Amino acid sequence: MEEQKTPKIPVWDLPDVPKGKLPPHLELQRTRVLCTSDAPTHTENIRYSGAYASMGVDNSLRLGHFRDNFRVEVITLTEDDMEFDMIGIDASLANAFRRILIAELPTMAIEKVLIANNTSVIQDEVLAHRLGLVPLKVDPRLFEYMSENDVPNEKNTIVFKLHSRCERGSSRIKVLSNELQWLPRGSEFTLSTEKPAVDPTSRPRTYTSFNCSQDSLPEFSNNPIGPKHDDIMIAKLGPGQEIELEAHAVKGMGKTHAKWSPVATAWYRMLPEVVLLQEIEGEKAEELVKKCPVKVFDIEDIGKGRKRATVARPRSCTLCRECIRGDDWDKHVALRRVKDHFIFTIESTGALHPEVLFTEAVKILEDKCERVITELS
Amino acid sequence: MELGSYQDQSQATFSLTDEDHTLANSLRFTLNQDPRVTFCGYSIPHPSDARVNIRVQTTGDQASEVLKDSCQDLMLICQHVRSTFDQAVVEFKNKKGLDAMNIEP
Ligand code: SF4
Repeated sequence: MEEQKTPKIPVWDLPDVPKGKLPPHLELQRTRVLCTSDAPTHTENIRYSGAYASMGVDNSLRLGHFRDNFRVEVITLTEDDMEFDMIGIDASLANAFRRILIAELPTMAIEKVLIANNTSVIQDEVLAHRLGLVPLKVDPRLFEYMSENDVPNEKNTIVFKLHSRCERGSSRIKVLSNELQWLPRGSEFTLSTEKPAVDPTSRPRTYTSFNCSQDSLPEFSNNPIGPKHDDIMIAKLGPGQEIELEAHAVKGMGKTHAKWSPVATAWYRMLPEVVLLQEIEGEKAEELVKKCPVKVFDIEDIGKGRKRATVARPRSCTLCRECIRGDDWDKHVALRRVKDHFIFTIESTGALHPEVLFTEAVKILEDKCERVITELS
Repeated sequence: MELGSYQDQSQATFSLTDEDHTLANSLRFTLNQDPRVTFCGYSIPHPSDARVNIRVQTTGDQASEVLKDSCQDLMLICQHVRSTFDQAVVEFKNKKGLDAMNIEP
């Protein structure tokens, strides 16, 4: 091995590290993940308040500093999907919001299915599971949780009826989610313990005890409850087969069962940063443009027929690392990720709009803090 | 629940039920940035217990006070995130409204 010759400099001749400012290489390691050809490095977030104390840099939490730097930029926003950039926040918080979105925001989902008749080929338990996964279009904030000893009432239960039949001699039919019919007055099935009514005017007791009809409540009178999508296939019926059932939806959270998760998924990625360390010109530039499968690079004319590579669309970089593979490409191109810039995506299942979901998620984190504070006081 | 000693209040382990990485990791973030903290960390002793232990050691202040302040900081951060986010959404909707009507902003 060739011995590296570094000129010997006495320590006292070394230039002073400027106080109060991180040297560029440390600043780079602090704010960027470096994606080298074998593995990403400097992936950790340095959060200890005294981490840079020896250089006179205060790394402690300064709320004013956070307020000045934190930014949100909405990229797309539709009824169900949302993408936004969250800049100037730590991964631990971005991840907390993501985890809450997936597992701790309540929605309504079908939990109990009372099957009166099912002669289809799909078994009762599979049918019930399929029904559970149908997203419902209803604001969960209008309902209460049902605990073990509660009776189902208009505040904690939504009842749907499904009765579908395929006549003999006809061809096979599909049972779609639009056949789930909302019963605002509650269950229509009488309890099995109930005696046949002697007095025809008294209403027999059913599986729910609603005090009033749900559609008389102002929230639902113009806004009937139903599945979010009308075309979800629940079962198929052959001639002579029939399904008759009642489905009871209750409030729950994604950590109990994924059917209560309000998001199809919620995720984030760090902003990719592609840097050209040297000018790349001519044929080498063409080669670089061809290397990238998502067309991050472009070619720019710099006059006199000379061509230079530029980074045109760093945001679409998938970090496949194709552009730093082979030869000494990693001396020309550097792939990095910005540690405090998150591209956050929320896909709602339809109960609430994605922007409402995110606000609710942040509120839940606040509630958690409050709980700890009250317990400590 | 807090486990610590009466002689030395500057270090304690707090055991929070019904919490997980969501809160503990965020709290570790704010705790770590507090100059009074010399050490903090958290662990989930068993995955099927809904419980997380947060360890806080300080330079002398009472550990529970420091943890409380960290919670307060986290709440303030959350409030700021929420207001910034709401504002960004309103701005985006306004802009989209203008675009749809083809009016120069
Ligand atoms: S890592 Fe892959 S996607 Fe990103 S710039 Fe290089 S080749 Fe393109």
